[in-house]
Amino acid sequence: MINDMSYYEEEDLERFGEVGKHAPELFEKFMDWYQACQEEGALSKREKALIGLAVAVTIQCPYCIDAYTNSSLENGSNMEQMTEAMHLASAIRGGASLIHGVQSHNAHDKISM
Amino acid sequence: MIPKTEKTRPFPQTTISFDKKLRENDLSLKAIAVEILQVNVGKLCNQACKHCHVDASPKRTEIMQRETIDACLKVLREHKIPTLDMTGGAPEMIPDFRYFVTEARKMGTNVMVRHNLTVMFEEGREDLAEFFAENEVEVVCSLPYFMQQQTDAQRGKGVFDKSVEALKKLNTVGYGKDESGLILNLVYNPVGAFLPPEQSAIEADFKRELKNRYDIVFNNLYTITNMPIARYLDWLRRSGNEKSYMQKLVNAFNPTTVDGLMCRNTLSVDWLGNLYDCDFNQMLEIPVSLEVGQTIQDFNPETFFGREIMTNSHCFGCTAGSGSSCGGTVA
Repeated sequence: MINDMSYYEEEDLERFGEVGKHAPELFEKFMDWYQACQEEGALSKREKALIGLAVAVTIQCPYCIDAYTNSSLENGSNMEQMTEAMHLASAIRGGASLIHGVQSHNAHDKISM
Repeated sequence: MIPKTEKTRPFPQTTISFDKKLRENDLSLKAIAVEILQVNVGKLCNQACKHCHVDASPKRTEIMQRETIDACLKVLREHKIPTLDMTGGAPEMIPDFRYFVTEARKMGTNVMVRHNLTVMFEEGREDLAEFFAENEVEVVCSLPYFMQQQTDAQRGKGVFDKSVEALKKLNTVGYGKDESGLILNLVYNPVGAFLPPEQSAIEADFKRELKNRYDIVFNNLYTITNMPIARYLDWLRRSGNEKSYMQKLVNAFNPTTVDGLMCRNTLSVDWLGNLYDCDFNQMLEIPVSLEVGQTIQDFNPETFFGREIMTNSHCFGCTAGSGSSCGGTVA
């Protein structure tokens, strides 16, 4: 889905392993951790895929958005469910901005009569 | 085994051949039995689904004639093949559909019909639910999702609503209800270029949602991977998904699926009586290996057992993830 002429090339996801070139032990530890996080546990694979999608949209990582859209579909989710997950993440992100309005109020109150 | 002469039908492109993948895993693919005779009685269908590997549609004219049906019945009877799996197209649209079913049932053969649900509303086929029940046919219905948007996107506008009505009719005559013994199974196909979910998880979703939304019950749900040939391959190419989909299938190759592949215990027959290792090879015009007979009239179990299965790149569609067959996952 990533545009052919963009900074992010779709094919580059397949080259992720190259990141391990200069620090293979660290990369191996990361991959073991990453894979373990995907496995079914107290949360189902579907729940984890939806969390992954919500995070991917929030951090705006094109590789993650492609990957977790795929894995959400491959775990049986539909666009209604995926959209709700994306809204929740975005709403939290929006709320995190808006809550700083309190700091603005504090600053205002401090310097105002 | 790669066919000696590839016919005109297009194959998907992969970075590695299926045979090489088998060899890398010290595997070979040979038939072990003929427990299911899967008969594709024709390409005529009242629908033209986007993922159809048969390219079936209302415009197709290929349908099986009585002579070929009788040859299939003879093989079922003489060789005591336990199961007849009728597919198409919409099998119910050929004139001799009911003859084929009733004659097979008279000799005690299990009959399975791959039923698209909407054909039940075509003229002269309004009593199909009752016909299936009277003959204790196992009904296997396509329903890619429990929601309208996905189902209609794959199978055509209005298909979901008709499918719901048809499932209710099947329930009314006893299908899908434990006490009746009438088996109603559903088939899930991904609506797009991705792999199916884990079968038991999506089956639980279908059971819950169809019951809550429409009061529909069924027995089992089979997940089937979309096969990258024919109309679905055309769609993959048009939508720019062929390369990534095929890579996905190759990356998901699961060696433990090979023992359970349907080509090992199924023989596929086309509307003219020609024989193939599976319905997909049939559509790609790859006949059974040349050392054995080529038509239903030539069938001799001794030569068919142990035959090498003909393969090509599309076979990755049956070995990805938990595997795929007409009976769902295989691993």
